[in-house]
Amino acid sequence: MTRSLETEYLGIKIASPIVPGASPLADDIEVVLRLEDAGAPMITMRSLFEEQFALDESAARRHVTNAGVSGESSRPYLPEHAFAMGVDRYLEQLERIRRRVAIPVVASLNGVTPGGWVSHATMLEQAGASALELNLYALPSDLLASAADVERVQLEVVRSVIDRVSIPVAVKLSPFYSSLPHFVRALQDAGGKGVVLFNRFYQADIDPVGLTTRRTLHLSTSSELLLRLRWLALVSPTARVSLAASGGVHEPIDAVKALMAGATIVQVVSALLVGGSERLRALTEGLREFLDREEYGSLDQLRGNMNAARSPDPSAFERADYVRVLSSWHELPPVGRAEPL
Amino acid sequence: MPSSHTLDANTAVASVAHRLSEVIAIYPITPSSTMGELADEWSAKGHANVWGHVPRVVEMQSEAGAAGAVHGALTAGAMSTTFTASQGLLLMIPDMFKIAGELTPFVMHVAARTVATHALSIFGDHSDVMACRGTGFAMLASASVQEAQDLAAIAHAATLRSRIPFLHFFDGFRTSHEIAKIASLDDETLRALTDPDAIAAHRARGLTPDAPVLRGTAQNPDTFFQAREASNSYHDACGQIVAETMSRFAELTGRRYHAFEYHGHPDAERVLVAMGSATETAIETVDHLLAHGERVGVLRVRLYRPFDAKALLAAMPTSARAIAVLDRTKEPGAHGDPLFLDVLAAFAESARPMPRVVAGRYGLSSKELTPSMLISVLDALRAEHPPTRFTVGIEDDVTHRSLRWDRTLDIEPDDVVRAIVFGLGSDGTVGSNKNTIAIIGEQTENFAQGYFVYDSRKAGAVTVSHLRFGTRPIRSAYLVQRAPFVACHHVEILERHDVLEHAMPGATFLLNAPWPAAEAWSRLPREVQDQIVDKRVRLFVIDANAVASECGLGRHIGTVLQACFFALTKVLPEAEAMEHMRAAIIKSYGKRGSAVIDRNFAAIERAVSAMAEVSVPSAATSERRRPPAVSRAAPDFVQRVTAAMLAGHGDDLPVSAFPVDGTWPTGTAKWEKRGIAAELPKWDASLCIQCNKCALVCPHAAIRTMVFDPSHLDSAPAGTQSLTYKAKEQAGLSYVVQLAPDDCTGCRLCVEVCPAKDKGNPRHKSLDMVPAESIREDERPRWDWASALPPIERAKVHLDVKGSQLISPLFEFSLACSGCGETPYLKLLTQLFGDRAVVANATGCSSIFGGNLPTTPWTTDADGRGPAWSNSLFEDNAEFGLGMRLALDAHRERARTLLRQMASGVGERLATELLDAHTADDVEIAAQRARIVALRDVLGGISTPIARELDRVADHLVDKSLWIVGGDGWAYDIGYGGLDHVLASDANVNVLVLDTEVYSNTGGQQSKATPLGASAKFASAGKSVGKKDLGLLAMSYGHVYVARVAMGGRDKQTVDAFREAESWNGPSLIIAYSHCIAHGYDMAHGLEQQRLAVESGVWPLYRFDPRRLAQGEAPLVLDAAPPETGRKTRPRDYMANEGRFRAVELSDPARYAMLVARAEAEVERRMAIYRQLATLHAPKSADAETKP
Repeated sequence: MTRSLETEYLGIKIASPIVPGASPLADDIEVVLRLEDAGAPMITMRSLFEEQFALDESAARRHVTNAGVSGESSRPYLPEHAFAMGVDRYLEQLERIRRRVAIPVVASLNGVTPGGWVSHATMLEQAGASALELNLYALPSDLLASAADVERVQLEVVRSVIDRVSIPVAVKLSPFYSSLPHFVRALQDAGGKGVVLFNRFYQADIDPVGLTTRRTLHLSTSSELLLRLRWLALVSPTARVSLAASGGVHEPIDAVKALMAGATIVQVVSALLVGGSERLRALTEGLREFLDREEYGSLDQLRGNMNAARSPDPSAFERADYVRVLSSWHELPPVGRAEPL
Repeated sequence: MPSSHTLDANTAVASVAHRLSEVIAIYPITPSSTMGELADEWSAKGHANVWGHVPRVVEMQSEAGAAGAVHGALTAGAMSTTFTASQGLLLMIPDMFKIAGELTPFVMHVAARTVATHALSIFGDHSDVMACRGTGFAMLASASVQEAQDLAAIAHAATLRSRIPFLHFFDGFRTSHEIAKIASLDDETLRALTDPDAIAAHRARGLTPDAPVLRGTAQNPDTFFQAREASNSYHDACGQIVAETMSRFAELTGRRYHAFEYHGHPDAERVLVAMGSATETAIETVDHLLAHGERVGVLRVRLYRPFDAKALLAAMPTSARAIAVLDRTKEPGAHGDPLFLDVLAAFAESARPMPRVVAGRYGLSSKELTPSMLISVLDALRAEHPPTRFTVGIEDDVTHRSLRWDRTLDIEPDDVVRAIVFGLGSDGTVGSNKNTIAIIGEQTENFAQGYFVYDSRKAGAVTVSHLRFGTRPIRSAYLVQRAPFVACHHVEILERHDVLEHAMPGATFLLNAPWPAAEAWSRLPREVQDQIVDKRVRLFVIDANAVASECGLGRHIGTVLQACFFALTKVLPEAEAMEHMRAAIIKSYGKRGSAVIDRNFAAIERAVSAMAEVSVPSAATSERRRPPAVSRAAPDFVQRVTAAMLAGHGDDLPVSAFPVDGTWPTGTAKWEKRGIAAELPKWDASLCIQCNKCALVCPHAAIRTMVFDPSHLDSAPAGTQSLTYKAKEQAGLSYVVQLAPDDCTGCRLCVEVCPAKDKGNPRHKSLDMVPAESIREDERPRWDWASALPPIERAKVHLDVKGSQLISPLFEFSLACSGCGETPYLKLLTQLFGDRAVVANATGCSSIFGGNLPTTPWTTDADGRGPAWSNSLFEDNAEFGLGMRLALDAHRERARTLLRQMASGVGERLATELLDAHTADDVEIAAQRARIVALRDVLGGISTPIARELDRVADHLVDKSLWIVGGDGWAYDIGYGGLDHVLASDANVNVLVLDTEVYSNTGGQQSKATPLGASAKFASAGKSVGKKDLGLLAMSYGHVYVARVAMGGRDKQTVDAFREAESWNGPSLIIAYSHCIAHGYDMAHGLEQQRLAVESGVWPLYRFDPRRLAQGEAPLVLDAAPPETGRKTRPRDYMANEGRFRAVELSDPARYAMLVARAEAEVERRMAIYRQLATLHAPKSADAETKP
């Protein structure tokens, strides 16, 4: 008999805590079907970007409405119907996935300023999204905005989305908060049902000879998990919202650790981009094997057992551990390498 | 009640044609392209014809190809149509004779356009359709948007019954592009109009092996003639069938048409006869005169062929004493123009008393025909011997055939709301005006008309929208003469155009200006103030750019000014108008709600309150007058002719002002100072590394790198920066990078290419864009100073990237789009070979920015030498260039023969030197030119005819560099047959293909150069097959020099390729990557995209040089291409940046992913071929040709 991995995330019962995260994986219906077949308990679509709406629309405006209006051609250069707006395509894909799979579909919205774009939340709900993941993807760089200002604006965005929909809303955060536990509590008070830790940013790299910058986005590695583990361990004892670990889960043991730190679920993207849907099956099976081998009675018994409230050595997650970690540098296992199960 | 729509004739006609056809073969040509594009779009979206099938639409390589394809479709029994105009129609004529000779039901729709003669013109007249009179086609003329739709349907129905093919035409631009409110035709009406038995009969005649027949035979003298007469009865019956079809149409729709239709006084004495949109104006004019008690009328001709003389006579009142037949075409040498001769013959053969019938010509190339002009014609008919063979609408001061007319007379009633709106091509003005017309036409009971005048400039083009609204249908087929509302959307336009010329007394003038209302008056030029005061104009100003910017709309001011338009004209109640605007915005940007909708709504909210009325003093106060159109220093011809054209007064130039054969001076673009850039590049000499790349890439030759003797710095304006030039050949000389501040279009390419960064602050480079007003005034005298510096001697320059840019370009300040990717190659060509170049230029963007008057960028060097340029046609350019080459060779041979004959007379040594010279580079050319001067000195003392002739041809002792230039539409499609033939010759011609991968000039239709995955018109879902490899095809000959270049990929390779191509004594082909606004991104990134194209293998750079064969080397050298392994840049990285690819991704991500995968596989496949070719060694050829 197969052990149950049933989990409740955002109030939705799902069959396993190992979930494909927001990514282009859901762009292709065939991939979605393979993921479902491999045991994906939920599908999260890639983010609809606030800036992307504006960019696509202004590009369409530029190239369709205005460009090419000159002597010979009074019509725009690019075919007028070619520029279907991103949001329309997104909604069509959402509806398509909903029709083809039995598992819940989470739509993802990415924006940082209150504005008309939050009305897309309603459309996503109407198109059948079971939940929304709101990605607060922002790097505060305004000299005049205090940390409190930044958090206030973000909460406003979250509230305005929550106010518009009746489906649960999860908020995906960056690691860069002055007081993350406090902000998680504020999100919870605002009506958020879940928090996803953490966003991974595009990074700017520098070309030192050409004196230019380059945007890069590398696939995650297991080394990135450690940051998640720390904050999950610190937040989970008091949080009354679902917690998702996102970033750095590549091996079954990574998932185990995230769950032990208090994650309700773990989201996986890079591992699936490399290993395909079979990787999801392996991760889920690996989790199951661990629970069996280590003789856990249930998943809930394991979940949070190493968080700051229950860990035998909570100081490891806090500053007090600083000096010891530095001195133990040489003994640390190589990062990113899977330990034998 | 039938539904109504507000649309242009192209759309209305295409809708009928698409719904009544099964196979549609098309090829783009202005002004008919829209019809084909729409047919393609509708089929792509799955719109069916009235029989429930989606018509198959196919784009062909030329109109000749389209005609062949429809002929085939018809022969096989399909119902088929096509759309064309002008030269395109001429290319169809051979098939038209066949189609008619075979009695094939078929309709072609023609937006009638001028046939190129002394010049090309994209505008409207009947010279194209009149050239088809002999084909046997029926010819049906429509006068308005409504008629164009209705007669299109009647043509499709009548052709099926009559078996006579129809050419249905309407006036290019005036009708094809006029937006009007019309009653539309539903599918049911179209079905009811067409005879199912006739359709079945047509299908039954289709070739099938199940019932085989033979068609298209050859016949001999014994039978051809009789067989040709065998179809007479069908032509004879056609008129009656058309009449019956028109009756049936009237039963179905209530709209009644006749082959000839008279309108006017039942006992009219003076009558006009005309076809097309002129008849609408004529009806308006006749009604005006009838109200004044005059006995006049107009006979409109709808069915011109078969010409039914009886019907014409029956329609003409017997009271008509004097008849003026107006033709919109010119047949030089004929006894009269065609409609006139037909009418004359009809009367001559009848038993009726002969009225006075006179001939008039009007409206060539969309020349205006106003009621006042028609009144002058009718007035002329009062005379006992009225003038004939007259023209109207121009002043002919040479042969004195033109009628005078009262230019101030306007008969339009005041209850027609009229507006004239000035905007720029890319600012959304035309779009928002079209939207306004749609709102009024579709949402109210009122009628609306819109007509849009564009100038031919591709950057900074001024658009003038002429709008009419009224409670009655609008017949005025001419520009608004007097407007109660005028808007100017950019203050710069005030400096160049008389925007209030057509403002009525008491008119409202809306000006978008960055000035507070209190300051606005004082900022206006004197001429504008005078008009405002004289005409008691009410002036309103708004800073629409600020409002648009605040609302997040950037530079898109259309919505803001549209709201002001509604508020000021009160053409609709304001609240209602705003509500319609909001609805239209939601319709445009999707019902799903978005940021752009919110932003536009905000703009509507804020617009009216941001507008303010300016209090106008009782007299003009400004001391400042508009600058003259051209400098006082310009040559006489430029002052008299070009300046008038630039100022918008070309219509006023008399016949005597013009060259008789279309030959114009070059070097005129420099006299038009437009100053359209909002930002200009500013040079910081302290950072400059003197690479000269800025000058190389500048599309407008507006930034120059110059070296000169330091002594000239003494006369430089204060603050002029300079450097000591770092090159051995020009040691000790000074160096400047100088901007032409009024010619720069602000495209940024020079700044993007500039590699010289401030190490401490890399955001600052040797060239930075700065607000234009911060440097324009300072740079003007510097430009004047720098452009007067003595040019460097060509022979002293090493012609690499850097050196070439020290030579003055002989292609400057073109009217190409800002950031154009084509012009830098042409400019480079002139720097390398311009003093001896002859250019054959295919029709397309390069012929328009190169040769569309008023000015031309082709110019001359200090010695008066420069490229000689001509454009023949689109399809024949390679052949045209070859002909020039053969002529140049003949002149050269003649010069050499004469020189040999006169060797003793001119001196054996000089003759030998002249004959033995190899004028392959600038040093040798300079020496040869010196010898020619010496030769002429000697010849001056010899008075024999041979000496005179040698004197005339002596310049041909310097080899001429023949360039055949055109775009991909020419080289890959319509001109490919000729190009292939010329490349297969051994002629010393250089072919430069400016490959934008799309028909840029006609508005972005796909060509065979369009890459896999790109969206273009006729390939809106993304092209599914790969780009034709023109280079590989040319290489297959073995003797053709072939290079593929991209200046932004590797500029040195571009320069090397041009020099090698020119030096190869045989055919050469250069295929040059040219970024284009049709690609859908900001052209400032054009060079970066070229780099990505090269690095990703989308556009590998190579040179195939037959000379290397002779050396036993592989002829192909891959200059820049992605590495076989470890590649960094993928084709998808390049594609992701361009709207043409992104459009596909947004529309259909799965299809895009599939196309990207195929595109990348295609790149791999082609790279594999090139890599193998680059290692291929042919056996050393004994007779391999090298340049002597």
